[in-house]
Amino acid sequence: MSSNSHPVDLLRFNTCGSVDDGKSTLIGRLLYDSKSLMEDQIEALERSADITGGGQINLANLTDGLRAEREQGITIDVAYRYFATPHRKFIIADTPGHVQYTRNMVTGASTANLSIILVDARQGVIEQSRRHAIIASLLRIPHLVVAINKMDLVDWSEERFLEIKDQFEEFLPRLDIKDVKFIPVSALQGDNIVTLSAHTPWYPGPTLLGHLETVHIASDWNLSNFRFPVQWVNRPNNPTDHTLHDFRGLSGQIAGGIVRVGQKVMILPSGFSSIIEQIWTLDGLQEEAFSPQSVTLVLEHDLDISRGDVIVDAEDLPGSSSDLHAKICWMNPRPLTPGKQYLIKHTNQTVKASVTAIEHRINISTLEKQDGITELAMNDLGEIRLKTAKPLIYDGYARNRLTGSFILIEPGTNATVAAGMLLPPTEVARPEYCDFAI
Amino acid sequence: MFTGFLTVTYDISAVALKAHPEFKSLPRISKHTPLKLFTPSTIPLFTPFLMKSYHLDHLDYLETEAIHIMREVAAEFERPAILFSGGKDSICLLRLAEKAFRPSDIPMPFLNVATGHEFPELLEFRDRRAKELHAKLIVRTVDEALEKGIAVQAPGQISRNQLQIPVLLGAIEEFRFDCCIGGARRDEEKARAKERFFSFRDSFGQWDPKNQRPEIWNLYNGRLNPGENMRVFPLSNWTEMDVWEYIKREKLEVPSIYFSHKRRCVRRGGQWVPDTELMPAKANEEVKEIVVRVRTIGDIISTGCVESPAATCDDIIDEIAAARVTERGSRADDRVSEAAMEDRKKAGYF
Repeated sequence: MSSNSHPVDLLRFNTCGSVDDGKSTLIGRLLYDSKSLMEDQIEALERSADITGGGQINLANLTDGLRAEREQGITIDVAYRYFATPHRKFIIADTPGHVQYTRNMVTGASTANLSIILVDARQGVIEQSRRHAIIASLLRIPHLVVAINKMDLVDWSEERFLEIKDQFEEFLPRLDIKDVKFIPVSALQGDNIVTLSAHTPWYPGPTLLGHLETVHIASDWNLSNFRFPVQWVNRPNNPTDHTLHDFRGLSGQIAGGIVRVGQKVMILPSGFSSIIEQIWTLDGLQEEAFSPQSVTLVLEHDLDISRGDVIVDAEDLPGSSSDLHAKICWMNPRPLTPGKQYLIKHTNQTVKASVTAIEHRINISTLEKQDGITELAMNDLGEIRLKTAKPLIYDGYARNRLTGSFILIEPGTNATVAAGMLLPPTEVARPEYCDFAI
Repeated sequence: MFTGFLTVTYDISAVALKAHPEFKSLPRISKHTPLKLFTPSTIPLFTPFLMKSYHLDHLDYLETEAIHIMREVAAEFERPAILFSGGKDSICLLRLAEKAFRPSDIPMPFLNVATGHEFPELLEFRDRRAKELHAKLIVRTVDEALEKGIAVQAPGQISRNQLQIPVLLGAIEEFRFDCCIGGARRDEEKARAKERFFSFRDSFGQWDPKNQRPEIWNLYNGRLNPGENMRVFPLSNWTEMDVWEYIKREKLEVPSIYFSHKRRCVRRGGQWVPDTELMPAKANEEVKEIVVRVRTIGDIISTGCVESPAATCDDIIDEIAAARVTERGSRADDRVSEAAMEDRKKAGYF
């Protein structure tokens, strides 16, 4: 890597596996073999190896950073790791495979482009593996890698590899994942991680790292429906440049689509129309901007707009409703019961909400829907109905991860108790003042 | 050659058509588009689509994530502050604040918790930078806290790292800050790797790693009860390399001590530390004038200097790419134990 290297992009992935699948070993191996590990880290590993590992370096100690984790040999929380190759930068969300599993995996998966599911070659596809794939598909992670690990323990058998691949492909049609890659590996010995293994002449490639470096992620963001939730109203009291003293900008991150100067937009929920006059950034005015860039928009008309309003393409309106239908993952030890009041944070606004019904629980091993449910416990996935104090301007999660997602917050404790994915709206946003035209 | 061309075209065509409706008359490109459509004579017709990439590179991605977080803080907290030490990470924070809030003033003051054992170059830079940005800079020092008795030095303790904790908590109380934005990064240290962007602290400023709020998508829960506090780390996903690449791209000034210079150093604990009056060299310690730079800045006693000829950002980026030791490998405060950072954070550290 040199200072004059071309710009590289960033791939975010998460790893899932149960306790002994060798997940931490795999991450340690990626870091080690891509030379992202430093001498003092290796030294620290050796120090802890002398104490706990009987002299054997434990690559898992790299990711399990907290004292309790090392003592108990478990991973408590989502840990983030970083490494780079000349082709790409990577962020790994490493999620533990035991209790609170679903909650952590949902967290790690929510920002991932790709998910690696580890399968122990001796055990094949187990319930846990199916669960991981189902969560990845519910969260709409665009790419999936099934790393069939511990191939050394099944004599590098191609037959076994194909058998597991078949097991997995059997339930894939029920999931919404288009891109799945199967790779035979040994994380412990490094086979097919960075270099192709001599043990698997029947496997043409790519290696795991090779795939991570080249998988196509440029179209993972929604670039077709312009959505701009206003985050902060930018109105200088005392602008450094005095020509800007009438400046009224609307700052935020583009949650979907592309915006251009001159584009006709609508502000929701009010329904006022306007035209994009400027796209202001510290680096100068832009002609256009796209998701997920953070910009400041200036409109041709001076309208009353505040945080939580959404600016959208006038010809492509999102949904709007205060009766919502959503899939959620419950994340709190106190179960969800219908009728309870929460706060919902959706894009840039937080409003009161109450859960009107639990429609069913989703069995995360089979995707079956269980009816007649009275509560959702921690790590449960379910479908619920919500009533909000104010209509939300939203899209279905399948269309847009940012305008289709929300969290629930418990008043009082302020705990984040659920992650939610909205189902497609049934009503298109109807402006409050529809006959107002400019 | 044609395959590569096809892939690119396919991905952006729908998007490009939306943005450039004037090209609607062109045949719509999809994976079903017959290959024969792409003849040498039609290729120029598609070039408008190929010129424009709607994909962020890694620095742009990290930047937009951090700007979004900065604006969330401005919108959701009553009295936020930005922790600004003059070090390279907080220099990036200030640029991100400009990106988030200009042309308005940065809507929060800067707070520096100084040990009183800073490199003079750092203090000069800190004050000048705050002035350039027309920001209010609040400085609270360990010396004041020792005088007032808020902080007490442990016998034999020379590093003031631990003593920054009561000073920080004191400043939070004094100014009733409900949120402090800091420049910590997850790649620095294993305990940090588990910390959230919005790191909730109880009324004693303590971090509880086992009881953190889940952070999903880009939805941050900043709600607090009275007395509680939030620490927010917009650079969580940045690496040391990203920070230097950003400094280079944005042409940011950094204190001169990051670049190679001559300095009298003492060999201590396997590394070179500045020879200062605070901790003079003992008779058996080797003192030498060498060409060094600092990789991370703590107080002047605990900051190791690395021998380096790196005189520019480019040199530093090359040096990091080839480095075999982590950044904090040169910080004595982190070498105390495997869990040194975890322990400090639980006690209320940044």
